[in-house]
Amino acid sequence: MSGAHPPEQPKELAHHFEDLEQQHRSGKQGMWLFLATEILLFGGLFCAYAVYRANHPDVFIYAHVYLDKVLGGINTVVLISSSLTMALAVRAAQLGQRRALPILLALTIAGGFGFMGIKYVEYSHKWHLGLLPGAHFAPVDHHDGPLEPVADHDADPGSADHADPDAGARFIPARNQDPPSDPEAAAVPSASPRAHMPDAPAGPGGLAVRVGTGDDSGAAHGDAPQKVQLFFSIYFLMTGLHGIHVVAGMLAIAWVLRRSMQGQFHPAYFTPVENVGLYWHLVDLIWIFLFPLLYLIH
Amino acid sequence: MQSHSVPGAPSVHVVSLRLLLGVFAVLLVLTVLTVAVTWVDLGPANLVIAMAVAVVKASLVALYFMHLRYDQPFNALALVSTLLFVALFIGFVLLDTTHYQPNMIPDYQPAMDKAAEDKAAQEASSD
Repeated sequence: MSGAHPPEQPKELAHHFEDLEQQHRSGKQGMWLFLATEILLFGGLFCAYAVYRANHPDVFIYAHVYLDKVLGGINTVVLISSSLTMALAVRAAQLGQRRALPILLALTIAGGFGFMGIKYVEYSHKWHLGLLPGAHFAPVDHHDGPLEPVADHDADPGSADHADPDAGARFIPARNQDPPSDPEAAAVPSASPRAHMPDAPAGPGGLAVRVGTGDDSGAAHGDAPQKVQLFFSIYFLMTGLHGIHVVAGMLAIAWVLRRSMQGQFHPAYFTPVENVGLYWHLVDLIWIFLFPLLYLIH
Repeated sequence: MQSHSVPGAPSVHVVSLRLLLGVFAVLLVLTVLTVAVTWVDLGPANLVIAMAVAVVKASLVALYFMHLRYDQPFNALALVSTLLFVALFIGFVLLDTTHYQPNMIPDYQPAMDKAAEDKAAQEASSD
């Protein structure tokens, strides 16, 4: 290693760079280009979100109540706090504060654990409710949480037969699709979960519809829940990919933490700390948009 | 080991502690604000406000936590142009997404819908 360089070269300097300054700038530039590809990756999912929300606003308004605003908000604060400790860690590396640097990096990792822990609570809650993406969507009617309001609505009109279509009509402002379904629904007064749009708002909470059809669930599967599960497919894909990035960020910070404890960073060489920090901040940035889009739908 | 005396060491802008903590405080306030505003019904403005708050928060993170304000302009260019392309992508996809017929093939009926209809008809006749 030392044989390749003239003796006065710093050992961190790779041979194809002029000096540490150029190496640092190049490394950061590469990191930013990588972050650009990450944004494009998430851009595809944000696009899917936009298309489905534009086409099925009722589904999003209905389904988002199954996400806990408070837990999501706490997670936002946790992630922002860990972003602060990461920014402070980069500052400590720049200033050569060798004792503060590992502590701040460890705090940042702790923030990542906190975020994933809360995420675990949220995911397992949805798992128990059967609010899973795609073909696994099989809502279970637990008598707690946001399932109640729908049940109340069903009880309101008194007559059980007309309860479901009424509830649907009330929840949905625009029944703009599937015109043939209307005469259909009129022709079949009881147990008619066929109509797509009216059933959508009933969704996972509207299990009264399902209970009505009873034993044979094959037909019921093709109905409303298919559209409500769009929301959960998007939710799990977006937060899942984000969660993978959180884990990757934690691993990267752990690597930098190890190197910092070996005293490898100093004011002339701290590029890995800064670049891992950039990655962590990007994870925070994406969450800043995911949180209002998924949890705070009005 | 080496310290400030290293030749060619990167000259960096160290963001002051006060600024970092100030940005953090603003981010917290904006988070509380964006949650609080969902309790108020402002119609379509709710989405606009939520996105505006998110953009302000993201800008603060990018400018100060990610040092973009003090960085080589190229890095900011990479970020902004990426966001422009994402906006183009989403914008063009959204242009016509609501203008498709639910069914482009005349008289075509998905098997699942057909099964549900048959079942409903059967039930109606048996009642």
